[in-house]
Amino acid sequence: MKKKFQLILTSGIVLLLVACGGSKQNNDQEKDDKLEGEVKIDGSSTVYQISEAVAEEFKKSYSDVRVTVGLSGTGGGFKKFGRGETDINSASRPIKKEEIDLCNTNNIQYTDIQVAFDGLSVVVNPQNNWCNDITVAELKKIWEPEAQGKIKKWNQIRPEWPDQEIHLYGAGTESGTYDYFTEAIVGKSHSSRGDYTASEDDNVLVQGVSTDKNALGFFGFAYYDENKDKLKLVPVDDQKDENGKGPILPSIETVKDKSYSPLSRPLYFYVSSSAMKREEVQKFVSFYIEQAGMLAKEVGFIPMTDEEYGAQKSKFEEFLNTHK
Amino acid sequence: MNKKIREKIIEYILALCALITVLTTISILYVLISEAFIFFTEVSIIDFFTDTQWTPLFAEKHFGILPLLTGTLLTAAIAIAVAMPIGLTIAIYLNEYAHKNFKYVIKPLLEILAAVPTVVYGFFALTVVTPFLQQYFTGMAGFNSLSAGFVMGIMIIPYISSLSDDAITAVPSHIREGSLALGANRIQTAFRVVIPSAASGIIVSIMLAISRAIGETMIVAIAAGQQPRLTLNPLVPIETITTYIVQVSLGDVAHNSLEYRTIFAAGITLFAFTFLLNNLSFWFNKKFHRKYV
Repeated sequence: MKKKFQLILTSGIVLLLVACGGSKQNNDQEKDDKLEGEVKIDGSSTVYQISEAVAEEFKKSYSDVRVTVGLSGTGGGFKKFGRGETDINSASRPIKKEEIDLCNTNNIQYTDIQVAFDGLSVVVNPQNNWCNDITVAELKKIWEPEAQGKIKKWNQIRPEWPDQEIHLYGAGTESGTYDYFTEAIVGKSHSSRGDYTASEDDNVLVQGVSTDKNALGFFGFAYYDENKDKLKLVPVDDQKDENGKGPILPSIETVKDKSYSPLSRPLYFYVSSSAMKREEVQKFVSFYIEQAGMLAKEVGFIPMTDEEYGAQKSKFEEFLNTHK
Repeated sequence: MNKKIREKIIEYILALCALITVLTTISILYVLISEAFIFFTEVSIIDFFTDTQWTPLFAEKHFGILPLLTGTLLTAAIAIAVAMPIGLTIAIYLNEYAHKNFKYVIKPLLEILAAVPTVVYGFFALTVVTPFLQQYFTGMAGFNSLSAGFVMGIMIIPYISSLSDDAITAVPSHIREGSLALGANRIQTAFRVVIPSAASGIIVSIMLAISRAIGETMIVAIAAGQQPRLTLNPLVPIETITTYIVQVSLGDVAHNSLEYRTIFAAGITLFAFTFLLNNLSFWFNKKFHRKYV
């Protein structure tokens, strides 16, 4: 009996070793081990999440290429990009005039590639039957630092809402979502009240809002999409008619046509022509465009359509050809 | 000679083992105190104990430990309110009423409760107890101290029942028999004679259970919420000291920053509480322990 057991164990180990050896060999064959070098990315801490995911996938196929992803913020990143210190700068807004000037003085040519859309969702519990829309001004009243310890009940926000406590759930201070939300709603980045359930883990927020009748929370659209049946999405009214009248629900369409404002925006990265001359950067950029849709969704953003990614790809190829 | 040296070596190894535990405690204390000391050079200790808001990670920083402390004590109080009556009843039943064989079967089974991983208890509270309680308490939030405290109470039942049971068993049978001989019935004997005789042991078991409840992390981190709130309402999300430490150490807060040091200040507060309780129970045991001849 004992011998039999030993036999099974040994053959199991042998099998395992063979299996491991085999798969390793396969991986080596798939890898393009000729490509070497470094790709330097910096910029937006929001797009960082996509870039980091892309970089991780990229390293699986090209292990000799070093990809560094910084998160200095869009503005800080453009300063480095304009001096030619980085190859790629990710951005959660289009490039500004002074940043263009900086690039021109240092003779840096570039193109922008759009990678995804971002649409923050404001959500309440499905049992909440009073909050059917909300204005940006009301959101500001709830979330600004002055609200801390003062705005505690629903009827303080809109008199016809019930005299019940409001329980807030939102992104933690270290997340890009927090910066984005505070900038769009409060008007100043990284500035909000502190007495709410703050978590970098969006699943905690989903759990909190979905089980708390008095909850109001915000997180990336992808998390709402995953948990549609447990949450109620609240349309947001920015009270500016040029962006579409009345309260608007975030959806793939309203985020793309910018009518879901101010909580939606396109995300980009910029790549310089000098960096494009290096093969590893070319490979990385086309890999980024190919993978962006899938990975963007995975990390919580709204992907573009296949045609749009195709358009970005041809834009990139055209840029490549004109700057060879 | 050879044998003597061998004996010595073994003795040193044993002493080393004992020292390791002491050294660990000392180094933990050292880290806590030194980091907390730097923290208190930047934040006034008066603010720390009197401010009613705890928002060290936000633009408007407040460093009042009270909301976290209230959260910790609230969940612990709920846990004790559940565990004490149940645990004591079990201990008395097992000693005074149950058949001996039944006791030998049921006691290890009860102790399994303490062996369940706390993360399992946490999800049990979040996904079973909370939805159940929500049927009876309207407006109860998904994260709340009631279900976390309740489940924590279940978890610490064996601490109270087992230790109290040992204390009650230690009461000599002649005291029990004397009471019965004087005409008292079993319940009178149990509550008026046996329990007072075993009081010191029972109190120690409760103290240990409290200190276990205060230090418990996983259950409250999962089920009680992450919002520091100065309240005694058991139906809303709160945050305990342990949850805050988990939240910050798992997040991306820069090391060596004031925000990061808050966890050491919170940690030393927690340590002070459990240390106090453990010493108090030690003192109780020494002072009130009755010896029977």
